[in-house]
Amino acid sequence: MSTAASRPAPSAFSGRAADLLVAAFVLLIVVLQLVPFYVAITTSLKAKTDLSPQWSLPTTNLVWSNFVQAVTDGGILRAMGNSVLVAGVSTLFVCLLGAIAAYPLARRRSRFNSGILAVNVGLMMVPALSILVPLYSMLADMRALNTYWGVILVMIATNLPLAIFLYSSFMRSLPVSVEEAARIDGANLFQTLAYVVIPMLKPVTATVGIITGVGVWNEYALSGYILSTPETQTIAPAIASFFSIQSSNLPAATAASLIAVVPVVVAYLFLQKYFVRGLVGAEKG
Amino acid sequence: MTVRAVEQQTALGSRRTHRRASRFRGASINLLYLPALVLFAVFTVYPLISGVALSFTDWDGYSPQRAWVAAENYVRLLTDDTFRSVLGNTFIYGIGSTAIQQVIGLGLALALDRRLRGRNVARAIIYLPVLVSPIVMGTFYYLLFQYDNGALNDLVVALGGQRQAWLSTAAGGITTIVLVNSVQFVGTSMIIYLAGLQAIAPEYTEAAMLDGANAWQRFWSVTLPLLQPAFATSVILNLIGGLKLFDVIQVLTGGGPGTSTSSVSTLIGTTYFANQAAGYSAAMGVALFAIIAVLTVIANAALNRRRLEQQ
Repeated sequence: MSTAASRPAPSAFSGRAADLLVAAFVLLIVVLQLVPFYVAITTSLKAKTDLSPQWSLPTTNLVWSNFVQAVTDGGILRAMGNSVLVAGVSTLFVCLLGAIAAYPLARRRSRFNSGILAVNVGLMMVPALSILVPLYSMLADMRALNTYWGVILVMIATNLPLAIFLYSSFMRSLPVSVEEAARIDGANLFQTLAYVVIPMLKPVTATVGIITGVGVWNEYALSGYILSTPETQTIAPAIASFFSIQSSNLPAATAASLIAVVPVVVAYLFLQKYFVRGLVGAEKG
Repeated sequence: MTVRAVEQQTALGSRRTHRRASRFRGASINLLYLPALVLFAVFTVYPLISGVALSFTDWDGYSPQRAWVAAENYVRLLTDDTFRSVLGNTFIYGIGSTAIQQVIGLGLALALDRRLRGRNVARAIIYLPVLVSPIVMGTFYYLLFQYDNGALNDLVVALGGQRQAWLSTAAGGITTIVLVNSVQFVGTSMIIYLAGLQAIAPEYTEAAMLDGANAWQRFWSVTLPLLQPAFATSVILNLIGGLKLFDVIQVLTGGGPGTSTSSVSTLIGTTYFANQAAGYSAAMGVALFAIIAVLTVIANAALNRRRLEQQ
């Protein structure tokens, strides 16, 4: 203790022992994050009757039938198709409507527009379950339950606030001079948007697109109630219902969950820099 | 002479630029956010307002009749033991997860801001669960925490302990849900703190080092105060997420046994769809939004005031 105190200051945190301690802490959290995936993989490859510990790999043959059952009984592929449709269309519209809505909020600063931005931030706090009851009965009146357009409109509306927030923060960091130059050259508002502003939005669009796409893909609370038939269900509610039906057949339920994770993991591997940059950007904005 | 002419020209030029540009700065440009506002009005604001209206009725969720019952549903909320205990759970989920995520998230950010072999891989793995649906992570964690044949209980038994009911008691279920939610989303806090650390100019810590501050003093008096904006962002995001908690509870415990691990969100679902008390569940929805809004405003004010004091 006394020797540590008398040592030169910088080495107190950067000694070899400290380095090992830091590495051990990081390793512990990394292992904690991997354990659920490991257990899921071993479970999904075992027969229902195989009660060997989940830590051990299957001793006999690998059992692929769980994945087959997830696809045939659980309708996981159909649910993934529904999710691709809902997430794809919603994301497209969130990026488009978010970008054009953010433009006046970033460029035309007025008290009214600051008010709109404040309301926009407030909308990000609304819990899904707070609007569920009236939303559900409104959609029933509109005959929008179990329709793709119904859930897509809801997903666009609930994901737009964050998109507008990110787009308007980003636009404020762009120089106005380019847009003004375009206007002097005779471009109208829509030409300025289409040829000057929107092409500059690529980085933030990657972020908004990824956050929205992953968010809608994973969404459960609202889409689970709006799309309740097996034909229209999206992936997260489909897994939840398959899991509760198959609670006696956990391997099949686990296989279904693993199939649903694949697209997200693949997207993450390819687009990793955008994921992290997007969040860092959001923090700075 | 020539310089002056140029100056005049540029002044003229910039004034003209201004006039030209202002043609597009009329209020009509605001029409661009009209589609977004219409969507908000129909799918968020209208449901919020009609939720308030519904909360003053005894509607059952399907019949055409509904009667005005004034504040009866809200009086019932105040006296309902189930709601009170569920509200307590919701605060535990919100505050518990937020606390754990700040400690581990900040620790990870400090560790992974250093030159460490494999730090990019570590960051990527720790962040991965943030992108996975809580429903999916919930099913994976269920395998770990289940009583019979659960991976954790197998480990406990192997170490000479007794099987524990991680999910089927109120205390066990609540603890497990807080831990699962914290671990899944710790990557968000980590990334926010990493961004905060990278925004700190190295001159500050170097100056402190020259003044003879040791590593702990540099962390406590220089780095930590400068992380204040990151802290505010992370706390508010985690708090809102924890107070809204729904998906992972549905998978891990279904809110049970009884309603002992329910959050307000899961209770709203069961009250509307299973108990057919739409008016009452609408009142819960209004209460939940009000609680989240008030806590966020308080947290925001408190965290920003501290930032001002430091400046």
